[in-house]
Parts: sequence; structure tokens; C-alpha cells
Amino acid sequence: MIDVILFYVFAAFTLVSALVVAGQRNPTYSAFSLIVTFCSLSAIYGLLGSPFIAALQVIVYAGAIMVLFLFVLMLLNVKEESEAPRKALAGAGGVLVLLFVVQVASALLKADVFHAPPGYEASTVGMAQLLFSSRFLYVFEATSILILSALVGAVVLAKKDL
Amino acid sequence: MTLQALLIALVLIVVIFHAHLGLFSGMTLIERRVLAFMQFRLGPNRTGPFGLLQPVADGIKLFFKEEVMPEGANKFGFFLAPMVAIVCAFSAMAVIPYGPAFHLPSFGFMPEWLRGRLITPQIADLEIGLLFIFAVNAVGVYAIVMAGWAANNKFSLLGGLRSSAQMFSYELALGLSWVGIIMLAGSFKVGDIVEAQAGPIWKWNLFMQFPAFVVYLIAGTAEVSRLPFDLPEGETELVAGFHTEYSSMKFALIQMAEYVNMITVAVLVALLFLGGWHLGLGFAAPPLVGFLAFLAKVGAILFFFIWLRGTLPRFRYDQLMDFGWKILIPIAAINILVTAGLVAFLGQR
Repeated sequence: MIDVILFYVFAAFTLVSALVVAGQRNPTYSAFSLIVTFCSLSAIYGLLGSPFIAALQVIVYAGAIMVLFLFVLMLLNVKEESEAPRKALAGAGGVLVLLFVVQVASALLKADVFHAPPGYEASTVGMAQLLFSSRFLYVFEATSILILSALVGAVVLAKKDL
Repeated sequence: MTLQALLIALVLIVVIFHAHLGLFSGMTLIERRVLAFMQFRLGPNRTGPFGLLQPVADGIKLFFKEEVMPEGANKFGFFLAPMVAIVCAFSAMAVIPYGPAFHLPSFGFMPEWLRGRLITPQIADLEIGLLFIFAVNAVGVYAIVMAGWAANNKFSLLGGLRSSAQMFSYELALGLSWVGIIMLAGSFKVGDIVEAQAGPIWKWNLFMQFPAFVVYLIAGTAEVSRLPFDLPEGETELVAGFHTEYSSMKFALIQMAEYVNMITVAVLVALLFLGGWHLGLGFAAPPLVGFLAFLAKVGAILFFFIWLRGTLPRFRYDQLMDFGWKILIPIAAINILVTAGLVAFLGQR
């Protein structure tokens, strides 16, 4: 019972702070509410019986990465964004977002999100066994290559005369 | 969790919380007295015998000081920062065992379920103990960053910037220095790590993991911004750094958070590296003796922090960064490799 109440509290926190991240014009506010998002996500991981992932979420995302974000924001002293008059682009973006929401919703409705995959044991070891089994290993490694390519791309963009 | 366990946890929370508060106010006096002794001064000795009432006087003074809200400050962040600081400082104590498990004595007035019950002086024995402390520490950094940013003061902002860079650099070394002892104990639980150090004195991580001990002591000092790592608030350069604009109880809360963090680091050094409540004699001491030994170790580390403050000058900023990235992190990484190799070939311990 208390699990359910806590879940809805933290889910509300996550959603509201995520909306603030996107809607806020002051980048420092956005960064701080992103920290709130990460922390409440971590609480949800904890409620799902995965304290290890919860701790990593706070240490890696809320701790390390957001400190760098804030460092850059404060160092550059970024001012509030000014309103950009791009009505046509905003409309196109809205359509894309709507399509994306429909796609994600249809995928979620088809998938069984209320039950863990078969053979899953609710513990850190169980999760690792599932993740590194032959079923998910390829997807897992492919994701890491995707992240690596993003990293290389960022370096190439930032350092033109490498 | 049964109602009885919940009651015991509540009592533990109240006791440990107030022990921390008492140690904090004691430390403010002890630090000033010891520093004065090291500098051939007297220190505060007028309020009560030996100046023992000085923390009380300071507390009363801070309560009645005027709250100043700087013009152009971000009110929300300015209020939130001390709260985040104090919440994070006190959250870390939730997973720390403050002594060996002991049996309660049986007295006639006690209810049946309390007589001779085994009590562990730890609020929550999380599976991820050390990681929890690390995560709470990581969030505590934002209090400093937020305080520096919200006050709309260039000294505060500089202090906040410096501290975010410093915390980020030294958090890495701090985390890496824990990996070796976690591998040796095979557990994230602080209690398990202490139990792994039972036996003769060379079983202590101080000897088994000497490089990690040095790295943790230095990185821990940097994490709590004590001299020689007090660049975030270096008073000769930045007035008071990130808390320049804070006054009255908000200032007291920030100070309290700093001292509580320092006490937590001292407790962790004693537990993780100095054998906690083990005497290092090869046999298990009675709980009370073990607890006193633990307290003595914590006291020695706290004295060491004051001693450092009385001895060393402040780092220059580039020296600080060089030291963190080019010396501490490589030492910690090599220590992890060597420890991992030894554990793989010889097994734990």
C-alpha cells in the first residue's frame, strides 16, 4: 500500500520536474530541476527493488554529470533564452512530438509492461544475469556503441582542428 | 517491519541524530581550543569552565542575529541550499553502524521483547551501504553550488564554481579508493567491511590497503573542504566563499552541515580502515570496549583534521587540480588493479 502511494508521489515529482526542465527559460533552473528528476527516478528504482541502480542513478547522473552541466552554466553565466519567432518550425516540432507520443503509446500498449520478463529475479544479480544473457547481450552492447558514437561526434564537433 | 523493530529504529534515529548534534557543537569548541593551543593562544575560555558553554553562547547569538536577504538574490535557491546541505549531511548517518551489536541488559521494568534483545546501532542496514553514502555526498555538492549561485555575489559564485570543480575531481579518487576494500570484504555493507578486518592488527585495511587509506584520507579532507583544501571558502581570497551572504541560522545550518560531514568522514575512516570496533589483538572485545575503541579512533581522526588546519597552508588552484587528477586517481587506480589481481589469485583475505 505504502509502496503504491510512494510510487505515485515520486512519479508525479519526476513528471513535473521533467516538464520544468523543458519549459523553463532559465537554463540554471532547468539544470536544477533535472537533478530533481534524476533523484525521484532513483527513488522509483529503489521502490522497484533495485537499490544498486538507484544508487548509480544518483551517483552518475545526478552527481557527476549534472555537476559538470552546472559548472559550465555558471562559468559561462548563461542568460535567459530570448523568445525566438519561429512559428512554422514550432508547428512542425509539435506534429513530430505528437507522432512520437502516438508511437510510444502504441508500443507500450502492445507490450506487457506490468510484468517482468520471464526468468527475471528482482535483484541486482538477477538483473545482471538477464542483461548479459544471450537474449539481451547484443542490444546491450549495441547501446554502448551508440553512446560511444555520440561521444566521438561531440568531440569532432567541438574540436574542429583535431 | 514489525512495530517493535520500528520503535527501536526510531530510538536509534533520535539517539544518533542528537549524538551528531552534540559532537558538532563540541567540535566547534574543541577545534578553536586546539587551534589556539597550536598557535600559542588561549582560545575561547571565558564562557563557563574552560569555555565549555561557548557553543551554547554561539547558538543563542546565531538565533538572535538578523536574517539578511541580499538584493537580487534568488530567494528560492537561497533558502533551499542550507536545507539540502543539512539533509544530505545527516542522511549519510543512516547506513553507518556506530559500534558493535550488543545485547540489552534485562531489567524488571522492561517489556518482555526488549530484554536481552540484540541491538545493532545502525538505522538501516542497506545492501548498498557505501554506495548510498557516496550518492548522498554527491547530492550534497549541490547545496554549495546552489548557495554560491543564488546569493548573486561574485565571491559566492567563485566559491561555488571552485567547489563544484574540486568535489567532482576528488569524488572520483574517493570512490576509487573504496573499491579495493569493497573487493577485499566482498560487500558494500559497512558492517561487513568492519567484520572483514577482525583479527590481528595487520588485518586492518590501514595495512592491507595502505594506498587506498592515504587516498581516502586526502580525498575525504577535500570533500569536506577542510584546510589545505578549503578553496571554496578561502577567506583570504573570497571573503567566505559560497556562504559569504549567509547570516543567522542559515549560516549556522551550513556550518553544521560542514562539521557533520567532517564527522562522517572521520567515522568512515575509523570503520573502513582502522578496524572500527576491533582492537586488532586477535580476539573479540566486549561491545563496550569495542565501542570505546571506535570512539577513540574517531577522536584521533578528528584531531588529525584540526592538526592539518593548524599546520598546512592552502593549495593553489592549479596545484589542487594537478594533485587530484595526476597523483591521487592514478594511485587509486593502480591500487584497484593490484588488489583485483591479488583477490583473483589468492581469494579474499
